[in-house]
Amino acid sequence: MTTFSADFSTRASQPPIQLEPPRLEIAQPILEVRDLNKSYGSVRALEEVSLELYPREVLGVVGESGSGKSTLLRVLNLEEQPEGGEYHLGIPPYEGRNLLQLERFERRALRVKHIGIVYQNPHLGLRMNNTSSGNVAERLVIAGERRFHALRAAARGSLEVSEFPISRMDDPPRKLSGGMQQRVQLAKAIALKPALLLLDEPTTGLDVSVQALVLDTLRRLQRDLGIAMLVVSHDLGVIRTLSDRVVVMRHGRVVESGLTDQVLEDPQHPYTQQLVHAKL
Amino acid sequence: MSRLSELTHDWQDHSYAFLDEASKRELRRKILKAIAIPGYQVPYASREVPMARGWGTGGLQVTLTLVAPHDTVKVIDQGADDSVNAANIRRFIARVAGAATTTDTLRCTLLQSRHRIPEERLLEGQILILQVPEPEPLRGVETSSAASAVLHADADYGLMWLSLYEQIVRHRRVILGASYPVMVGGRYIMAPSPIPRWDVPMLHQAAHLTILSAGREKRLYAVPPYTDVRPLEFDDVPFRIEDQGGEVCYRTGAGHKFLNELPQDDGSSRFELSDSGYGEKLLRRQAGETVEIGATYYDERGGFYHDDLLR
Repeated sequence: MTTFSADFSTRASQPPIQLEPPRLEIAQPILEVRDLNKSYGSVRALEEVSLELYPREVLGVVGESGSGKSTLLRVLNLEEQPEGGEYHLGIPPYEGRNLLQLERFERRALRVKHIGIVYQNPHLGLRMNNTSSGNVAERLVIAGERRFHALRAAARGSLEVSEFPISRMDDPPRKLSGGMQQRVQLAKAIALKPALLLLDEPTTGLDVSVQALVLDTLRRLQRDLGIAMLVVSHDLGVIRTLSDRVVVMRHGRVVESGLTDQVLEDPQHPYTQQLVHAKL
Repeated sequence: MSRLSELTHDWQDHSYAFLDEASKRELRRKILKAIAIPGYQVPYASREVPMARGWGTGGLQVTLTLVAPHDTVKVIDQGADDSVNAANIRRFIARVAGAATTTDTLRCTLLQSRHRIPEERLLEGQILILQVPEPEPLRGVETSSAASAVLHADADYGLMWLSLYEQIVRHRRVILGASYPVMVGGRYIMAPSPIPRWDVPMLHQAAHLTILSAGREKRLYAVPPYTDVRPLEFDDVPFRIEDQGGEVCYRTGAGHKFLNELPQDDGSSRFELSDSGYGEKLLRRQAGETVEIGATYYDERGGFYHDDLLR
């Protein structure tokens, strides 16, 4: 007993070990939004939403339908203008500027060069009647590439990285399966090596085995390219597989946030508890 | 003190050059606007002329607006002065405006044309008026004209490049024959009316003024003199004019000019100059007459007159 207590005392007398704060806390966030508000008539889609995304991090956004997830993503993709708030991206020419006040030309340039998006519905993100490789090449053309062979090579490279079967690169997305359409969207999104990748329910609507393959590709891409990603999903399985941190939204508000395992294993907010228990 | 009647002309039951003064005033203002913003499509109130829409009413309205008694007018249709449409329009203009007419490109001040630019170089002070069926270059890739207007405003031409990309992927070359899209003054993509690719370089840094007018679509646009007009092309897949295949005109022996193919009964074909006014002059010179023939855009060896554009 005495030895034990002596041991304790010696430990206590030693200076406390300086723990390094988690990596995330050291780095500057690559994306930062503050107090976003958005309403459609009487419906409040976003209410005081604030969040950060750190380099190489995957942030999951979960919530039921109508919780404001998709609105948040559209605002982050600068497709929609919120009523108030700030939006910053830590990308050189735009650092320190509130992106919500950009002019439409700047907004378009930013979206094309630095933000990639994959929609749940491929019709929103792809030109269904053009070739798949053309869909990817269009991004590069808009960014100013005027060499046909460079476009072709870049489109092929990007499609390869997203594990799209190259033999079908000149088929229009209309003729492709859902999983392949998502891969084309992904190839298009990463064609210009964006700083930020937004995924809106990327695997909803795919059958389970295809879903697993697409998730696999996403994980590998994230590891290889180190893109910061924001994944919106109502599927907790997807969130658990992909994301490091998670925020839970309800009625346009962030009700809980934290490390994925922490939130999903030990939910604090009653709504999150309900959500986690609802998963079979 | 002079009487009012001495200051005005006698009462007439029609206005000069068919269109009423208010209509011509509107058109002149729209033409000035079009010249001020090269390649930009200016909407205008297309008036009725005694011709069906789609037969060159846009071009005719511009010609009637600009024509004056001292002008000399030439009208061509697919290069020919003597086709029914061209002859009718020419006769109509002469009748309502009292202007002289000609088939000689060098002598005309106003040249209304459908689908061709003459082989002889147009000079400073001449005005080329092209009839346009479809003024919107983005129509093939974007069906909504409201959406096209936004794309033009943003100079968002990714779709146009995408269509070129896909033509090369599918056919190994750009398959557009007529109305090849061009970039005017580095800003607007323009449909140069359905002129063949052969004629497109003639618009680049041209000495003459070009006005393009679509009567049915109610829009006109212009290329001022000495403006850059560059066909869309990839750096490594250059723009190509039509290959005339070494054929020569069977009547004049002229080569390296735009030719019409005339199928023969025995299955073979003969070729003839598409520009009939130029062909006529060549024939007259061969018959021993002294004829003034201007310098052509393409020389006898097929070289273009300036080397800025064609590679």
